[in-house]
Amino acid sequence: MPLKISIASGKGGTGKTLVATSIAASLDQGGKVTIADCDVEEPNSYLFFPERKLLERKECHVTVPVIDEEKCTHCGKCSDVCAYHALAVLPQTVLLFPELCHGCGACTIVCPEKAVGEGSRSVGEIFVARSGETEIVWGELALGEARTTPLIRAVKERAEGEMVIVDCPPGTSCSMVEAVRGSDFCLLVTEPTPFGLYDLDIALKVLEKMKMPHAVLVNKSGIGDRKVYGYLARRKIALLMEIPLERRIAEIYSRGEIFVERMPEWKARFVGLVGRIGEMLS
Amino acid sequence: MKQIVVVSGKGGTGKTTIVASLAALCSGRAVYADCDVDAPDLHLILRPQVRERRDFTGIKRAFIDGNKCVQCGSCQEACRFSAISNFQVDPARCEGCGVCSLVCPEEAIEMNECIAGHAYISDTRFGPLVHADLFPGEEASGKLVAMVREMARNLAESQHLDLVLIDGSPGIGCPVIASLSGADLALVATEPTITGEHDLERILSVADHFGIKTAICINKFDLNPEGSQRIEDLAGKKGIMVAGRLPFHPSVVEAMVAGQAVVERGGPVARAISEMWGFLEKQL
Repeated sequence: MPLKISIASGKGGTGKTLVATSIAASLDQGGKVTIADCDVEEPNSYLFFPERKLLERKECHVTVPVIDEEKCTHCGKCSDVCAYHALAVLPQTVLLFPELCHGCGACTIVCPEKAVGEGSRSVGEIFVARSGETEIVWGELALGEARTTPLIRAVKERAEGEMVIVDCPPGTSCSMVEAVRGSDFCLLVTEPTPFGLYDLDIALKVLEKMKMPHAVLVNKSGIGDRKVYGYLARRKIALLMEIPLERRIAEIYSRGEIFVERMPEWKARFVGLVGRIGEMLS
Repeated sequence: MKQIVVVSGKGGTGKTTIVASLAALCSGRAVYADCDVDAPDLHLILRPQVRERRDFTGIKRAFIDGNKCVQCGSCQEACRFSAISNFQVDPARCEGCGVCSLVCPEEAIEMNECIAGHAYISDTRFGPLVHADLFPGEEASGKLVAMVREMARNLAESQHLDLVLIDGSPGIGCPVIASLSGADLALVATEPTITGEHDLERILSVADHFGIKTAICINKFDLNPEGSQRIEDLAGKKGIMVAGRLPFHPSVVEAMVAGQAVVERGGPVARAISEMWGFLEKQL
């Protein structure tokens, strides 16, 4: 049965990429695993696969209006209807602010002169690479672009397979929701600190709203305080794994190596983690 | 008035830890703004007393009047965000463009403003704080960041304070651009890991794209000396100052657990942040 697990967190830097790459590396005996890196602002998963071979690279396009100045009477209806303030109509011309446009098509619909057509523009790139049995799909938002969701959607569409691990962006707003949407299960990675717990609580509220099955992994255990454990017990949320804060793990990670490759005794535990998730879903 | 923003490409590199300590160091002279609106943590250290709460109106959302709807399907067909199915709007997918209400022949769809979060003006032991919470999963975090920043600027003006210190969010997208724009200095927090280095280059390019002056703070610099050296080299090549080098030390998490700024507890990280502040003050 195909399985799609997203790895998310509220707080940044809790270890999403560490967990996503470790799961992929631990499952590499059982056929192809695909990592879909949906942190398109700062994609990092592929850095952990230095032997990767790039298979595909393409631009991600979104729809933008194209104004036919010959037909345009500068009536201003397109600018009035635009919910994103992406169009400004001046007496002689129409200005488009492409970074603000959501490509909804409202301007095309309301133009009485049929002067608004549609074109496209690139907002970033999608990459596909392969390393052993692991396929890595990632998106890279172009610098200066604000909207991440079209690129996240495109990464998810391209990442197919029996086993897909979605590495999500930090936070709890629309980017995180878009990355998690469509998964079978979401694993939240947190750290046992006040910041980790506060942001975990918000992230859990998002998942509950989405009715997304979920559980928690505590990374860097041993630091901070014990409050997260009481919180999870009270809320009856499954704690599937703990990874201790060990200087050795931090150093392996900092060099860009997958930690289970250097500490293979952990592989069975990640295989077990995926097994537990499978059981929770059945 | 000067505005300093602390940002990072990668999350978890110490933005809030740094901002809380800088707040303690310029206590009474600045307004603080937490612009990491979807994972805000600065209040856990500054422990604010809320004085005023304002509603944040996010994007508009479509509402279908079931009594008027004749189920013609025009809205579903026209929606580019797949937000309508079975003549129901999925609020999580609706981006508020209004196309559905434009095409509806029965005028059965209304676009309504929705409260998507709150912004607060609070008192803290270091001075006034403007902070916010975005409701879980909401859009328009950049718009809320802009609201927080405007409130902070107005507050600084009315209280004759000449510094606004901003805690930003990770990444390079919409909330980050909203926290960077118009800042006098962006302090970029990074760490000597392969991911930290990679993300640093992207955030520096974005700051450069918007013409914002930057300085770098290397957090946990002693965890990977070669990585730190590469960051120093990159900074040197780009002509960017490395303003601070903070060691890896348990006092950071101890302070967080105690609800304190690191400089209130003392230790090597506290000393390094104090030194960095001396340097940043000169830059302004």
